[in-house]
Amino acid sequence: MAHATTTTAPDQDVWNGGVSPMNASYGKLMMWFFLLSDAFTFSALLVTYGLVRSAHKGYEGLVDAFKFSTEHWPIPEKVFDSMPFQEYINAIFHTTSAPLVFVGIMTFILIMSSVTMVLAVEAGHRMDRQAVEKWMLWTILGGLTFLSCQAWEWSHFIHGAHSGSSIAEGTTFFGANLRMNQYGPQPFADFFFFITGFHGFHVFSGVCLNFLIYYNTVTGVYQRRGHYEMVEKVGLYWHFVDLVWVFVFTFFYLV
Amino acid sequence: MAIHVESHSAVHAHDDHGHEHEHHHGNFWTTYIFSEDHKVIAKQFLITGMIWALIGGVLSVLFRLQLGFPEANLSWLKPVLGGWLTPEGKIDPEFYLALVTMHGTIMVFFVLTAGLSGTFSNFLIPLQVGARDMASGFMNMLSYWFFFLSSCVMFVSLFISTGPAAGGWVIYPPLSALPQAIPGSGLGMTLWLVSMALFIVSSLLGSINYITTVINLRTVGMSFTKLPLTIWAFFLTAIIGILSFPVLFAAALLLIFDRSFGTSFYLSDIYIGGEALPNQGGSPILFQHLFWFLGHPEVYIVLLPALGITSEIIATNSRKPIFGYKAMVGSMLFIAILSFVVWAHHMFVTGMNPFLGSIFTLLTLIIAVPSAVKIFNYVTTLWKGNIRFTPAMLFSIGLVSFFLTGGITGIFLGNSAVDIQLHDTYFVVAHFHLVMGSASFFGMMAGVYHWFPKMFGRMMDEKLGYLHFWLTFVGVYLVFFPMHYIGIAGFPRRYYTWTAFETFSGFADLNMLVSIAAIVTLSAQFIFLFNFIYNIFRGKLAPTNPWNSTTLEWTTPRLPGHGNWPGEIPTVYRWPYDYSKPGAKEDFIPQHIPYSETPESNLPHENDQIKLQFGDKPL
Repeated sequence: MAHATTTTAPDQDVWNGGVSPMNASYGKLMMWFFLLSDAFTFSALLVTYGLVRSAHKGYEGLVDAFKFSTEHWPIPEKVFDSMPFQEYINAIFHTTSAPLVFVGIMTFILIMSSVTMVLAVEAGHRMDRQAVEKWMLWTILGGLTFLSCQAWEWSHFIHGAHSGSSIAEGTTFFGANLRMNQYGPQPFADFFFFITGFHGFHVFSGVCLNFLIYYNTVTGVYQRRGHYEMVEKVGLYWHFVDLVWVFVFTFFYLV
Repeated sequence: MAIHVESHSAVHAHDDHGHEHEHHHGNFWTTYIFSEDHKVIAKQFLITGMIWALIGGVLSVLFRLQLGFPEANLSWLKPVLGGWLTPEGKIDPEFYLALVTMHGTIMVFFVLTAGLSGTFSNFLIPLQVGARDMASGFMNMLSYWFFFLSSCVMFVSLFISTGPAAGGWVIYPPLSALPQAIPGSGLGMTLWLVSMALFIVSSLLGSINYITTVINLRTVGMSFTKLPLTIWAFFLTAIIGILSFPVLFAAALLLIFDRSFGTSFYLSDIYIGGEALPNQGGSPILFQHLFWFLGHPEVYIVLLPALGITSEIIATNSRKPIFGYKAMVGSMLFIAILSFVVWAHHMFVTGMNPFLGSIFTLLTLIIAVPSAVKIFNYVTTLWKGNIRFTPAMLFSIGLVSFFLTGGITGIFLGNSAVDIQLHDTYFVVAHFHLVMGSASFFGMMAGVYHWFPKMFGRMMDEKLGYLHFWLTFVGVYLVFFPMHYIGIAGFPRRYYTWTAFETFSGFADLNMLVSIAAIVTLSAQFIFLFNFIYNIFRGKLAPTNPWNSTTLEWTTPRLPGHGNWPGEIPTVYRWPYDYSKPGAKEDFIPQHIPYSETPESNLPHENDQIKLQFGDKPL
């Protein structure tokens, strides 16, 4: 392995060559640098979103009187205010909407899948194959659940309001696509689709990688190799994808 | 103790790449085509880059024909250009735009990014840091093949009926976003974006490998302060690359959506043919910000490797240590950092807040400081040196000259006020062709001449090298120097013709001179091509260390095999610039010679190093 060390370098300084100065294998370093680069991709997208968002007027006035309009940027709570089976929820909790509840659950699921990933990595350090299998499976399940939730969220966003009619001024358009949307100015939906879609694609890739790791664990590849470093490397990616979601969530749903 | 160290390093080396030794006897495909060996990949990058350079050069001569000889009948080019010639035998105006666009794209990305970094980072990093190969040979191979794929897409776009992308190499929307705007914004632009997306993947795979290799695979003793300046340059270039290319990637993805899926990221309030487009709410300026956040660092992605290569060559051929090693590293680091905070100087006239403009002016002008440090250090390295004028050395000195000449005009252009007059004129064209285009090209040429013996085990012909140098050097100045005057006179770039304007028709003769010089300069490159290709097969066999150089690549056999060193990797004891050390037997001491073997030339603190390096071993 590249991180095999030389015990007696001319000087004892780790930066003197012959050793891995950061005590990380080349694969792990590569993953870190890839993530650094990917962070710049997402930053570019989010900064772009921020610039376009700030170029549009926000809604001024009473929240209760809020109406969708191309004149102002929508209030996120008014856009993302539904759950699956909203009617039953309304009946049980005596409400009419569930602002940001669904996306909150999605976020929680994704963060929990990060926790199970940590447990998988930890189990890998102990060479506990069964535990790695268990926790990887939970992580995959978390990722898939998040993706399914996102599919519902998109579908709801695309088809428009679940009850009553929200009509953008001058048009009677329901829902959203890349060309027009009922919720607000055109770029609102454009950015929503693009950035959550780009993130969703990352999650999807992450689930594929996780599955690969799970498969290799089950077939004993890492046990034979003597270490579970691949779990750790893919884990880094998975945590990164979660971290990015926190920012996407903040930008689209909270600000 | 020393033996102990060595044996460990040998074990370390074998562990590293032990499994790859099996590949020694690959077939033709695994040895030359899908090779994971960094030296083969470097040559693949070099040769692809040279083909692109030739294409890019020919394109530039085509549009120079139009600019220099607007009345000429070019019907004799009919077999090549076909429908791109008007019935009067002139270049089609739309095609002219495509020519300048493709010339820029090809030269900046395919030649001076992939061709330069791809070749020399791949070739020199493992050889100079003392590694068997790149950290991941497989990813390195992928990096080349993504580049190849990207090249294919770009090449195909040259031949489609609506022509390649024509919105300028900066592809500003809305021009590039609306297929109905110009023919070049149709399929050609789509292919451009696809090609660039692939290119970015290639660049990323390469850069991550370079960085990781430099950090993790340095041989014993090769601390960062003992790295040759080439490696420092490649290392910083790769870091700039992984931080700036993803931003272009994001910008390109958004543009793809605007073009193909009807979004409005960059589009708003547009009328075409009197008809309003539905797109609302986007901002074309946004694209410029994203583009130049890559675009400016890209200048240094192109330039830094060339500066690293010349640092090495100038020190070697002056037979003197590089002047101010730490200042050289520091200035490159400073340039790398500054490259990320000056992008808006490309956008002074976009209606930017003048106060913001003055901040970007300040930041831009600060780049002059590290750049000047580098030039002074080159000159002081040459000062009283024992100079050997090899072709590589001449090209390196040529780089210093272009870097200075082009750099000075950068001070004009970096001023937001002066830029109002000069922006988008031939003054800009002259500036960046000298400071980044020609300088980097000369760095690349210097590198080829200098490391040709290591790449192919043979020597290039010096006399042809001199001829190539002088024709190119004089040619480049004849091409770009007059452009300063044309630019100050106000002539805008990317214009198809100027004889239609009374104001500019006075520059017709100057333009003719420029065009003739461009043709001569391009022709001179064929001397190089002959020299290069002929000597790969017929050149004089190279000695293992033809330039009496100190760095590790010259300790390998004439033609290093897979794994680079047949035995163990040498250990490094000293910095790479021990040239003409007082008291030394020869005028160079390679990096792997321990201080214990050179008592006659050691400085007091170096004698202390012996104890550190060898512990209790008797001297």
